[in-house]
Amino acid sequence: MKDGRVVKGTNFRGLKDVNDPVSLARFYNESGADELVFYDITASAEGRKLFTDVLRRVAECVFIPLTVGGGIGSLEDFDTVLKCGADKVSVNSGAIANPALIEAAAKRYGDQCVVLSMDVKRSGGKFEVYAKGGRVPTGMDAVKWARFGAEHGAGELVVNSIDTDGMKKGFDLEMLRAVLAAVRIPVIASGGAGKISDFTELFQKTDADAGLGASVFHFGEIDIKTLKKELDKNKIGVRIC
Amino acid sequence: MIAIVDYGVGNLFSLASSLKFLGNESKIVSDEAALKKSGKIILPGVGAFGDAMDKLEKSGLSSALVREAEKGKPVLGICLGMQLLFERSFEYGEKRGLGLLKGEVRPLGEIAPALKIPHMGWNSLRFTKKDELFKYNREGDYVYFVHSYYAAGCEDSLVAYAEYGGKVTAAVRRANVFGTQFHPEKSGAAGLKILKAFSEVK
Repeated sequence: MKDGRVVKGTNFRGLKDVNDPVSLARFYNESGADELVFYDITASAEGRKLFTDVLRRVAECVFIPLTVGGGIGSLEDFDTVLKCGADKVSVNSGAIANPALIEAAAKRYGDQCVVLSMDVKRSGGKFEVYAKGGRVPTGMDAVKWARFGAEHGAGELVVNSIDTDGMKKGFDLEMLRAVLAAVRIPVIASGGAGKISDFTELFQKTDADAGLGASVFHFGEIDIKTLKKELDKNKIGVRIC
Repeated sequence: MIAIVDYGVGNLFSLASSLKFLGNESKIVSDEAALKKSGKIILPGVGAFGDAMDKLEKSGLSSALVREAEKGKPVLGICLGMQLLFERSFEYGEKRGLGLLKGEVRPLGEIAPALKIPHMGWNSLRFTKKDELFKYNREGDYVYFVHSYYAAGCEDSLVAYAEYGGKVTAAVRRANVFGTQFHPEKSGAAGLKILKAFSEVK
């Protein structure tokens, strides 16, 4: 989300306006999505605070789990978004700047509340963590960072591949496998979904617990109910509703 | 009016929003007088059992809750709120609960040692008996769980379970006292049906 609107980019750049977040949230609530992840994607780059009034309005009409992230850098930020109706809080750059935040938040709000989100890009045969909305390389190894997060109280990982984001050519299976092998907490795959078979492939070829899609759902390219029926047909456990 | 008990833990916002969506009047309450005035009570909660009981006891709400429940007022405990209805818990040492239901709260790892803990995500309901709380639901409906402990020894009040390593207590009911381990306010349409059914309990 940027300036109160839902936006979607390709490789994290050139953001396009999608819709009003509240009507989009309402749409997802009724579409069969299992969870909504709501990121203020420019917050950390621009140092802007979350628009809590928009979040509140979203939370009021969402009756599925709601994860909120973007610009979360302190326990006060956790507190703010939780009071606005978030169930889980996703940290990214804030945890890179202050890794102790993961454990402090897990102790106060429980592991189930802390989601470590990371933006990962290949460099020199390794998977490197990027900060600030995928703009700044950190030199940190993604697999080690995932393990650190899990050991310090993150209840869940969202792993975004910068290499496949917005390309719609499938999830980054190679990178996801490397991360999945390192942790026992749920991993949500993100970046690259373009068609239904990308999700089938994700769940057949990796142990990922969930797949995240943005533009394919925002623009109605994939209908969630059709996707779930297809996954169910392929013997992949999904909630049919 | 449905009273949502506020004792400093949990996401009350979602619960209040779902009740509002269903057209029910609810009020977030933190004292006995307000609790007495309500027609029904929902006891939410996330976090640790011991902390929650301490807070309930310090505020005098624990005895008030037991009194209201014993008068026959419908009470619904959600997640940790359900666990608090039992006699005791073994989360960080043995702690006494409200004792409105027979049974105790034990680490989920005991029945699901090979699975990820917390049990977090959607799982389907298996009913052991018919109950008015689920009059709008169907066998197999998916609901949303987040928990690391489970209720054991509660066969007499068990209404529904979910499969996670073994049979995990998902819902209980004895007379006017109801409990769900999962979060109906986060369980989409299936969850809203449960809250609607609770609002219609006489």
